[in-house]
This record gives sequence, structure tokens and C-alpha cells, in this order.
Amino acid sequence: MTEKGFEPKIAAFICNWCSYGGADIAGSKRLQYSPNVKLIRVMCSGRVDPQFIMEALRDGADGVMILGCHPGDCHYIEGNYRTMKRHGMLKLLLKQLNIEEDRVILDWVSASEGEKFAKVVDKMNARITELGPLNWDKVVSRT
Amino acid sequence: MSDKPKIGIYWCSSCGGCEEAIIDLNEGILDVVAAVDIMFWPVAMDFKYDDVRKMKDGELLASFINGGVRLSEQEDIVKLLRQKSQLIFAFGSCAHMGGIPGLANMNDRESIFKRVYIEMESNDNPDNTVPQTESLVNGKYKAELPEFYNSVYPLDQIIEVDYYIPGCAPQPQTILDAFTAILEGKLPEKGSVLAPSKSLCDTCPRKETKPDKLTIDIFRRPHLYDKLDDGKCFLEAGIICMGPATRSGCGERCINANMPCRGCYGPPDGVKDQGLSMMSALASIIKPDEEKDIQSVLESLPDSIIPFYMYGLPSSIMFRKKMEKE
Ligand code: FES
Repeated sequence: MTEKGFEPKIAAFICNWCSYGGADIAGSKRLQYSPNVKLIRVMCSGRVDPQFIMEALRDGADGVMILGCHPGDCHYIEGNYRTMKRHGMLKLLLKQLNIEEDRVILDWVSASEGEKFAKVVDKMNARITELGPLNWDKVVSRT
Repeated sequence: MSDKPKIGIYWCSSCGGCEEAIIDLNEGILDVVAAVDIMFWPVAMDFKYDDVRKMKDGELLASFINGGVRLSEQEDIVKLLRQKSQLIFAFGSCAHMGGIPGLANMNDRESIFKRVYIEMESNDNPDNTVPQTESLVNGKYKAELPEFYNSVYPLDQIIEVDYYIPGCAPQPQTILDAFTAILEGKLPEKGSVLAPSKSLCDTCPRKETKPDKLTIDIFRRPHLYDKLDDGKCFLEAGIICMGPATRSGCGERCINANMPCRGCYGPPDGVKDQGLSMMSALASIIKPDEEKDIQSVLESLPDSIIPFYMYGLPSSIMFRKKMEKE
């Protein structure tokens, strides 16, 4: 159901201490990655309230990424474990609302993993391109 | 005609329990009736829509509207009442958040009509007739029905709402407090929900039993758990109690009947999505940290709609389920 010329809009919440560093390295190494990902820096992946994710999807994002420190490496010790649990719970809701699970992904990128950062972003972009637009405004429209 | 303030009461997509709640004021209702003139209340008194149409704009001091909006007729009347009323009160969970009828946003018009008029085992409908907005009876009389919308809407998605009286149904005290505030001119800021913003956990009679570090390693369903009456915090037993994500003021009716909170008073101020806020709270008390163990805890939770959105699916961020055809 891919629409012609569809450019996914992806919001990525990335944690300050690891994944943002990873994105930085990707930048300074001049690695190429999909430009349609909007990076939003948060202090910790544990700061990503499920409300942020759903609002992003409702308001036009086709996919949302949450990138944090590897398990065990969170600057605030257990922020990313909470994220893991919330994400697991959110997946059930997404499924029941008939939103493809892959539209919201959680992954770990450390401050040295520039390549991994570029790779997960590209992979997400490819998957969302395959899934097509979410168009939630059409779902809720009254007509 | 007396110069008492005039009020209107109307119902949309609701069960009638909110009207019942007004009757449940018992003798308190006499004070209400002594203080105001009820100009419109289709359930209890004989008024016509035309009586309302003839009123001057703003003639009613307040209208109390219960039920979400599902039909075009309801939309027309609430818009009319908005025009004729100085203040609109969304009365009860359905007008406030969509309520239990709002769970229909997990379906759409087509799937509901199909189930109710075509597939239902007890039907006798050989022509597969479903409601039409217009039809010809005996070939000559035009009959009209209101349009059945695709979704259920909380009142504030259709008209501007001044205040919310929460609850399924609102507690008599919540209603009386609201009436008193109106008559004494002591209403809070416009847009307020007329109940405390503290969470139910704060006023819960079982709160002392909540352990310092609350953790859960399995979700249990209330009807399969035989210790609901042990007086202990439900969450500790893995029973989903919406207390952390629900405003207080209900008098803890469910808790006192040994049932967990289902969230009818809606979220406290500042929370946009009651269900997500509850999920987030629950996720932070899931005990295990290994991915596969987390998975097995989550597997004991088969559904995320009924436990978290019993009353608030239409007012949640996502509003409805996406249907296949979309
Ligand atoms: S600081 Fe990176 S996940 Fe918590």
C-alpha cells in the first residue's frame, strides 16, 4: 500500500547520555542516514511518556523511535528498563487499535555507536516506507 | 413566570443513570427545584424541542447534558442548547469522556449495523435492512431517522463545554456541590472538572496497606481472584485498579464494595490520556528486569482497552480504533 513518493515522517526520542552521542558521532563521521527522522533529545529514554508517542502518531508522525542507552548503562540506572516495560505494554494497545507494531520501536545505541545509529534509522525508514502513511487524521475524521 | 434562574437537562448517548443520579439527590432535589426553574428535561417532563427553539439566546442559565454524541439529532440539540444557555455542563462520564458507550469506537457504523441488524442470532430481517436516514413507508410517507455517526464523541468535541461534572453516575455530593457553586456564583475557572484533582489513591481507604515499594509480577482479573475483600491494595495483587490515574471525589464507592477503580471520574488535571498514564504507572511497578520475564508478566494482561479505557476511549489521544478499510 506504499503511496508514490511517500516520505515517512519519523519522530525519534533519543536520550542525552548515549544515543544522542551516537547521533553526534554519526554526524562527525559524516555517515549518511535518512533525513526524514526528526531527533528530539530527552534526558533519558525513561522520560518518554507514552502520551508523547501517541500524540506524535495522532499529529502526523508515521513512526516513532525511542533510542536509549544499552540495558545496564542508563545514566539514571533503570530508566531504560522502565521504557522497555512501557513499550511492551504500549505494543498491546497499538495492536488493539490496529496500528502496526513496527511503527513504534525501541532500540539501544551507545555514545560510540555512530554506525548503529545510522543503521537503525535507515532500517526504520525502510520499514515505515513499506508500511505507508499512518494518516491518523483520516481515521478520526467525521466523514 | 418566576425570575428564578432557568436550567435545562438533556440526554444523548447514555443509559439514563445520570437522570437517576439527579433523582438520587433525594430531598436535596427539592432545594434544587426551589432555586431554579427546569425548562427542558425530556426524560422527566413534557417539553418539545420547539420550546427550546423559541427561547432567547442565553435564556437558560445552565444546561446539564449527559451522554456522548452518536446521532445527528443529539448534535443538533446540544448545539441548540449551547446557543440558549450561558453555561454548559458535561454531566457524567459519557458527556465528559465518551463513557462506556464510547467503547463502540472499537467498531464503526458499518460493523455495528452488520452485527446488530444482520448477524444477531435473534433477528428476523430477511431483507438485511439497516437504518436509513430517509425511507418511504407504504410507498408514500417519508420517514426520517437521525444519522448514526461512525464514532461516539465526548460533548466537548461537538460544542464548547464550560464545566464537567464527572462520574458514572456522578455522586449526589458532586452534583450538589456543582449546583451550590452555580447558585452562589462560586464556580472555578472555566473548563474545570468539578471534583478534586487529587488521585483516588490519595483518598483510598486501603491506602495504608500499599507497600513502600509496590511491585507486581502477574496481572490478575478481579473475577478470578478470591481475596478481593482482604482490604489490601488491589495493585499489590496485580489487579488493575485505576486509582493512580483517576481523580477522587467519588466517595470510593467501588473500593468500599471490594472492587477496583475503573476510572469513571476521569484523569486528574493535566493528564491528557488516562489509559496511557495508567499504563505508564503500571509499567514502572512491573518487577522483573529481564526482557523475557517482562514479556511473561505482560502476557498475563490480555487486553488494554477495557482495563484502561472503560470510560475514556473517545477522549483518549487516539480517539478510536483504525478500521481495516482505512
Ligand atoms: S540515560 Fe540513556 S536511557 Fe537513561
